[in-house]
Amino acid sequence: MTVAEAITEESRPKLADFVRVEFDKARERWILQAPERVLVLDETGKEILDRATGAVTVSEIAARLAEEYDAPADVIQHDVLTVLRLLAEKNFLEIVDDQP
Amino acid sequence: MTSLEAPTKQTTSAGQRPPVAMLAELTHRCPLQCPYCSNPTALSRRSDELSTGEWVDIFRQAAALGVLQIHLSGGEPTARTDLPELIAAARENGLYTNLITAGVLLTPEKIQTYKESGLDHLQLSIQDNEAANADRIANYKNGHTKKLAVAAWVREAGLPLTVNAVVHRQNLDHLEAIIDLAAGLGAHRLEIAHVQYYGWALRNRAALMPTADQVARANAAAATASETYRGRMVIDYVVPDYYARRPKRCMDGWGNQFFAITPRGLVLPCHAAETITGMTFSSLRDHTLDWIWRQDPAFQRFRGTDWMPEPCQSCEFRDRDLGGCRCQAFAITGDAAATDPVCALSPNHDLLVAMAEDSAASGAPNYQHRR
Ligand code: SF4
Ligand code: SF4
Repeated sequence: MTVAEAITEESRPKLADFVRVEFDKARERWILQAPERVLVLDETGKEILDRATGAVTVSEIAARLAEEYDAPADVIQHDVLTVLRLLAEKNFLEIVDDQP
Repeated sequence: MTSLEAPTKQTTSAGQRPPVAMLAELTHRCPLQCPYCSNPTALSRRSDELSTGEWVDIFRQAAALGVLQIHLSGGEPTARTDLPELIAAARENGLYTNLITAGVLLTPEKIQTYKESGLDHLQLSIQDNEAANADRIANYKNGHTKKLAVAAWVREAGLPLTVNAVVHRQNLDHLEAIIDLAAGLGAHRLEIAHVQYYGWALRNRAALMPTADQVARANAAAATASETYRGRMVIDYVVPDYYARRPKRCMDGWGNQFFAITPRGLVLPCHAAETITGMTFSSLRDHTLDWIWRQDPAFQRFRGTDWMPEPCQSCEFRDRDLGGCRCQAFAITGDAAATDPVCALSPNHDLLVAMAEDSAASGAPNYQHRR
C-alpha cells in the first residue's frame, strides 16, 4: 500500500525532510520546495503543512482549522485529506504511526 | 527542470517576471564521454572557468532576482574541489540546491560533505541497466557498477535521489529494466529523457535515433510503470518530439522561468542555446544578472509571443506551446525564428519526419564520443 492510500483520519502526517516550506519574497507568497518542483501554497495549504509535523492526526488538524475558519469539520477534513494525498502521491509525505 | 505547479502557473505574456530556476554549469570537464552530451562541441577550458568567488556572487544575484531552485551541473560538477563551498553558498542564499552528477568521482565521504554543506537533492545519471552497454555508451570502464554504489551512498546519507536516464535507440528497448533498476536503487524520482538532437547528439543522430515502433513501445512502458510505481517513485517521462505532431513547451518559454550559466559565465535562455550560431550571449563578467534577465537582447529575442511567425502567430496553441524549441528550429531549418518543425503545421515538418526515419533506419551502430 502506498502512503497516499494509507492516510486516514488517524494518521499523523509529516513532511519529508527534504521538502521545505518557505516564503517566496520576490513573489510574496508561500511555497513548497521539493526536487524539481515548486508548489504554490494558498493559505489553507500553508496552515495544513505547518501542522504536518508527525505530532498530530489528520482529524486534529482538520478540527483546528474548522475552528479557526468557522467551517464545517467534515468539509475541512475532506480538504485536508485531499491536500495530503496529493503530496503523498508525489512522495513528499511520510506518515508516523502507532504513537500514543 | 523545475516546474511550477498550480495554482499559479507562470505564463509568458509578461516578459519581466522573475526566473524560477537556474542551471549552473560549473565545469565542462567530465570523465565520461556520452555521445549525446548537451555540452557544446567546443568545450570551455578549465582556465576560463568562473572562480569560487564569482559563482558565490552569482548565487547572491540569482536569489535577489527571485530564483528559487538551482541545479549544479556540468560537465561533471564534482570535478570542482570547491563544490562544498558552492553548495553552502547556494543554500545560504535560500536556493533549493540540486546536484546533477554522473557519480563516478564520488565517495561516501564526499556525499556526506555535500549533505552537511546543505545539499537538498542529488540527481544521478545512468546510461543503461546493463553494465557493459552503459560503460560502452559513456566510454568509461566500470562506471555503471560505481553508480550503483553511489546510489546506495546517497540513500544512506539521507538525501533524496533522482535517477536520470537518457534514452535512445541503443538502450530504449531496456526501458522497463531501467525503470525497475531505478526503483531498486531507492530513487524517489526517475527522469527519463529522450535525447535532444543538437550539439553532440546531432552529430550522432544516425546512431541514436530510435524507430517509431521503439518509441511507441517505450511510451506504453513508461505509462504502465507510472501506474505500477505510483506513490513510491515518481516517473517523469518526456515524450520524444521527433515523432510527435505538436511541439513541447520548451523551457516553459524562452526567458520566462529559467536560465543557464556556462562555465565561463555566459547566461543562456536554454542550456543548448549556444547551438544557435549567430546569436550572442552576455557574460556575467561584463553585466549583472538582473540586466541580462531584463535587458539582454538575446533574452528579449524570443520572449513571449510577439516574435512568432505564421502559422504560430494566429494559432490557437500559441500560448500553450510558445512555438516549441528554438534550438530545434535552428538545427533543422537554419532559422531559429521558424516554427518548430516538430509541429505538423510547420512547412518543414515532413523534412523532420523524413530525417528521423532515415536516421532510425540507417542502423548506424557507431557514434563519436564527446571529447
Ligand atoms: S552527458 Fe555524459 S559526458 Fe556529458 S556531462 Fe553528462 S556524464 Fe559527462
Ligand atoms: S503552429 Fe506554432 S503555435 Fe500552433 S501548434 Fe504549431 S508550433 Fe504551436
